[in-house]
Amino acid sequence: MIAEAGLAALWLGAALCALQLIASIAAVRGDRDLAVIVRPVAVAQALLTLLAFGLLIWLFVRVDLSVLLVAQNDNSEKPLLYRFAATWGNHEGSMLMWVTILGVAGAGIALFERKLDPRTLIATLGGQATIGLGFYAFLLFASNPFARLPAPPPDGQGLNPLLQDPGLAFHPPTLYLGYVGLSVAFSFAIGALVTRDVGPAFAKAMRPWVLAAWIFLTIGITAGSYWAYYELGWGGWWFWDPVENASLMPWLAATALLHSVTVLATRDGLRAWTLMLAVVAFSMSMIGTFLVRSGILTSVHAFAVDPRRGVFLLALLFLYIGGALALFGLRVGTVREGAKFDLVSREAGLVANNLLLSVILGVVLFGTLYPLILETLGVKISIGPPYFNRAAGAPALLLVTLMAAGPLLRWRRDDARALLRRVAPAAVLAVAALVAVKLLAPSIGLLALLGLALAAGLALASLAPLWRRNLLRTPLFTWGMVIAHFGIAVSLAGMACDSSFTAEKLVAARVGETIAVGPYQVRFAGLEPAFESNWQALQATLEARRGGGDPLLLHPQARSYWAPPTDTSETAIHTAIDGQLYTVLGKPVGDGRWQLRLWWKPFVTLIWAGGFLVAIGGALALIGRLRRGRRRPPQEAWA
Amino acid sequence: MKPKTQRLTLALFAVAAIVAAALLALSAFKNQAAYYYTPADAAKAHLPPGAAVRLGGMVEKGSLKRLPDGVTITFVVTDGAATVPVRFSGIVPALFREGSGVVADGRFAEGGQFVADTILAKHDERYMPPQVAGAMHKSASLRK
Repeated sequence: MIAEAGLAALWLGAALCALQLIASIAAVRGDRDLAVIVRPVAVAQALLTLLAFGLLIWLFVRVDLSVLLVAQNDNSEKPLLYRFAATWGNHEGSMLMWVTILGVAGAGIALFERKLDPRTLIATLGGQATIGLGFYAFLLFASNPFARLPAPPPDGQGLNPLLQDPGLAFHPPTLYLGYVGLSVAFSFAIGALVTRDVGPAFAKAMRPWVLAAWIFLTIGITAGSYWAYYELGWGGWWFWDPVENASLMPWLAATALLHSVTVLATRDGLRAWTLMLAVVAFSMSMIGTFLVRSGILTSVHAFAVDPRRGVFLLALLFLYIGGALALFGLRVGTVREGAKFDLVSREAGLVANNLLLSVILGVVLFGTLYPLILETLGVKISIGPPYFNRAAGAPALLLVTLMAAGPLLRWRRDDARALLRRVAPAAVLAVAALVAVKLLAPSIGLLALLGLALAAGLALASLAPLWRRNLLRTPLFTWGMVIAHFGIAVSLAGMACDSSFTAEKLVAARVGETIAVGPYQVRFAGLEPAFESNWQALQATLEARRGGGDPLLLHPQARSYWAPPTDTSETAIHTAIDGQLYTVLGKPVGDGRWQLRLWWKPFVTLIWAGGFLVAIGGALALIGRLRRGRRRPPQEAWA
Repeated sequence: MKPKTQRLTLALFAVAAIVAAALLALSAFKNQAAYYYTPADAAKAHLPPGAAVRLGGMVEKGSLKRLPDGVTITFVVTDGAATVPVRFSGIVPALFREGSGVVADGRFAEGGQFVADTILAKHDERYMPPQVAGAMHKSASLRK
């Protein structure tokens, strides 16, 4: 009954979504009666998706094996957290989460958007319903999460062991909030194109939504990177895997959008470009969904391979991206040109920011899609980290350089010499860092050397907007910008340290042997069995000593799961103030020795600490904008 | 500056940046993109030592040897027509065994040995439930 109720809720939601679309079209054409119902319908639709999603969670937690999806992905011996999170650890469940967030985002617009012109708001909700309909259809016709099994099996097949980690409870929902949250920006752009209402008021209304989606994306990517780092046991934190790129591309576009929408809000410039970016950002989310959910990639994220689904998603992709671009092409001529600015100005800096972010986006998009396109022609090619690091790394470092100067520029017009004076301290620090690092570590690679120097310069420059200001009276969104930019510097320093100063030891050791890695002496003290309700493992005890004192104990494991039967290795990581000791237990050699892989990764934690700082900066900016929006609706100033 | 000149300068900057980025990406692409070779392809292609290569095939039965250091293995990859000797230091994936498919990323050393940096067991089942892996296998053979 519960599964049927869930399915009914989905069908009803789809019907309301169609009604929302029809009513909003009628309303934009002047029908006042239908205009009244658009917002309540959007809210009701969201409640129905929430109900369906809640029912699916209920089925998973209760392990209702008469439902196909539960039987395939759940197991009664799993702990509660994983039965709960298994709801979205599969294709259908994650698509239902997609549609739910889409619905909730639409309800959010309907309930909380006060600044937007009412006609544009209705058109925006129409845009949201257009996206919704396609994905409802995908869910109901190609990925029904509530399908029943004629005869329930004795127990479920269980969840992919790599996913049996607390990360599963947080990483997909946050990433999806970001991914699908960008649909709001897309719908806003559609709404504005339909009603030809593009200007500072529109930008101010759109900005908090973009900011919110971008914060979730930032957290999702950062958490996903750390998850891959400790779960895969390969010692890396970013592999330029197509699935990772699928989350990076919307982030790059959203970051560009975030900066261009500020130009539109503050100076009424970059009108058409901002609309374009809003379309591109959500298009990247949809391309990402296609890459991950169509089954053309083999990865931990690709849960199932069904060619129909890939074709369905590809059709949706072409329909929405093509439709939005066509609308853009038709209407962009009617968007008035925005305000002018000088070549040395905050606006010009933000244009350069957008240009570089777009270049990086293009490089990543090409590297991700080109092998897939070639593969359909029968040519197999792999584009790996060497390509991405070089092709994306250079513009990224240029972007960081620019980022140090950008916030110190004035709107409209600035003086180049005055700017040089303002960035001089940061430039001096960067050069000093460059010389110091080169002297201390002569063999360091060029990218890492530049990365460390620029990180030092950016760290100082990012704090400069606070110089000689009353810190208590500095607006929250200025704090947000400062902290987010500082976070980039922190993250960059972590990346450069990890790539150039990591020490690695790969050995076959007997119990009792000691291995030196970085500042640690690691003794292989013992090997014992360990078990849990759904796995058993061999667990090594490693005693790590740094100088004198008591040893740290680390317990890397080689696990065997029962449902489904799989071997995984569980890393053990010790976090010190200046880095991480990362240990992996490998396979037995046969003569009593075991393979051990040990890393000393100095300052690697800065990578994720920086990522979270960026998200915190975003959150502060969002709170600042919302508070100012409530207090003083019409007036505006940035920094 | 007049609005028109301003727009022109901006456009020129944009074009210059995009051209520079495209050149950079192309050079990185030319040097670093790894094409997929079977041992027979590799024998025909006369690959220069050091070029990034992705090698795929089967691990020949009876060819897997462990070196005394305990972490280095050597084996032979075959596609039925030709063979390539491979050397790898590291922890091999769970599904790696003689007679099964393997994909190795690495480069040829002087003397014809292939030095692998990473090894993927083909259709890595640890990523997915068995019946899905079966479907995957089917689609992969269909694509060929």
